[in-house]
Amino acid sequence: MNIAPIYRREMRSYFSTPIAYVFIVIFLLLTGVFTFYVGGFFSRGQADLEPFFAWHPWLYLFLAPALGMRLWAEEKKTGTFELLLTLPVSMTDAVLGKFLAAWTMIGISLILTFPMWATVNILGDPDNGVILISYLGSLLMAGAYLAVSACVSAATRNQVIAFVVAVSLCFAFLLLGFPLILDFFRPWMPESLISILATLGFLQHFQSIIRGVLDLRDILYFISFMALWLYAGAWIVDHRRS
Amino acid sequence: MAADIQALNLKKTFGSITAVNDISFSVHAGEILGFLGPNGAGKTTTMRLLTGYLRPDQGQVTVCGNGMFSDPVKAKASLGYLPEGAPLYPEMTPASFLEFSGRARKMESSLLQDRIREVGDLVHLAQVWHQPVETLSKGYKRRLGLAQAILHDPQVLILDEPTDGLDPNQKTEVRSLVRRLAQSKAIIISTHILEEVDAVCDRAIIINEGKIVADGTPGDLETLSSYHNTVSVILSSDREGDLTARIQKIPSVRTIESSEAGEGRKKLLVFPEEGRAILHEVAQVISAGGFEVDEFRQERGRLDEVFRDLTTKAGASGEETRS
Repeated sequence: MNIAPIYRREMRSYFSTPIAYVFIVIFLLLTGVFTFYVGGFFSRGQADLEPFFAWHPWLYLFLAPALGMRLWAEEKKTGTFELLLTLPVSMTDAVLGKFLAAWTMIGISLILTFPMWATVNILGDPDNGVILISYLGSLLMAGAYLAVSACVSAATRNQVIAFVVAVSLCFAFLLLGFPLILDFFRPWMPESLISILATLGFLQHFQSIIRGVLDLRDILYFISFMALWLYAGAWIVDHRRS
Repeated sequence: MAADIQALNLKKTFGSITAVNDISFSVHAGEILGFLGPNGAGKTTTMRLLTGYLRPDQGQVTVCGNGMFSDPVKAKASLGYLPEGAPLYPEMTPASFLEFSGRARKMESSLLQDRIREVGDLVHLAQVWHQPVETLSKGYKRRLGLAQAILHDPQVLILDEPTDGLDPNQKTEVRSLVRRLAQSKAIIISTHILEEVDAVCDRAIIINEGKIVADGTPGDLETLSSYHNTVSVILSSDREGDLTARIQKIPSVRTIESSEAGEGRKKLLVFPEEGRAILHEVAQVISAGGFEVDEFRQERGRLDEVFRDLTTKAGASGEETRS
């Protein structure tokens, strides 16, 4: 395993450019706005972070592809792709190093929302176990979004295309269990497959997590989803080189 | 002795275009191979196959005994590569970039710091050590790319147009650096600059339309020129006709071309039969006839002419075999 050099280079690149700071600030601003204004944090009169977490799937829908779109497309554009692929680094190392760095960025942003947690603890007596589980669920879901975005980024050298396609795919996975998406498959897919698809949406799994139900199946769902898209991403990197 | 890098029957097509068509060669330590060809002949594609960036449709690459496509991590470890255009991460500084590439190559930390300083001095990067790459001039970028390629002291070095974009002083410097490195390494330089072949290469391969059309020392290639062993004479008097008639009697002279050499003088180019040496015969004729001569020399042959010949004629003969 030789993930560390790739991971460190990515992290360095986030923090030596404005990407890290802009991303974190926007993330914190948006979570704040959604929680307090749109989510009605105070008017609900409940000491929990549900209005905070409920917006995460929608926030990630744009922020994760924004982070993921550059992972491979930028390297292809600048030609450093060739440099990276001729280093004695395996495909797995490169894909994981890049993914983990992007995931860390979201992790850092989530940690920096701790004033949210502090506020709710000052104002009342929330169930901190549920909050911890929700944070974990949020991070897992972000990873799923990122894995899709990274895979799409590997297929193109154009970051705009990577972003637009990744947002669309993430949107489809987010709402997979809802008629909006299922109606698209219904006319030409057997009902048995439709019922399987209906269970594969992000939203159902995430909502069951933030209700405080820690079900191993939800965790396994996100982890295997990530693994699958990362694998697909590695395959694309390997087979689309010039 | 096994070759340090060996290519065997490499073939690569992009759609209907055959970029590299059955190329085989090998390079040993101590040898600098110039890889020549017109733009679009398949030079860069070949370099990318050798370094494992592209996978061939067919064929093998072996680096220090390790198969590039069976054990890529091991094969790449003994390889240093400067890709075409020297791509670099724009936001990194030379210091952090070299550190990254050393770590990715699993170099031990203290050795890496020593080597970073060493190659930094070798290619003169000290001035820009902590500047982001995107602010550097083309020359510095190229030199940083070169530093990255030699950082881990690889057994095989592959440089795709290493002097492109450098000024004449920097070109000379890079060439002498390559010469020094060649003592213990196998080096492949892809270029379309012919003077580079003369200046640094022990051997040259000319490719055209994805195929090797010539392989030999620069001297060997020069003998392929129609100017090889041609004798040129500049006459200071106007006895041109007389001299021409006398030289024509030499049995191994094929033909004589005459041209103006300025100030009313004439220049004669004497072409031998089948590249034979005729210098002595011509000299005897001149001294026996008492001709006054301003210049008298034997041409080695012109590489540019061989290059043009091989890379345009080969295409024409290809057309013939197809029709």
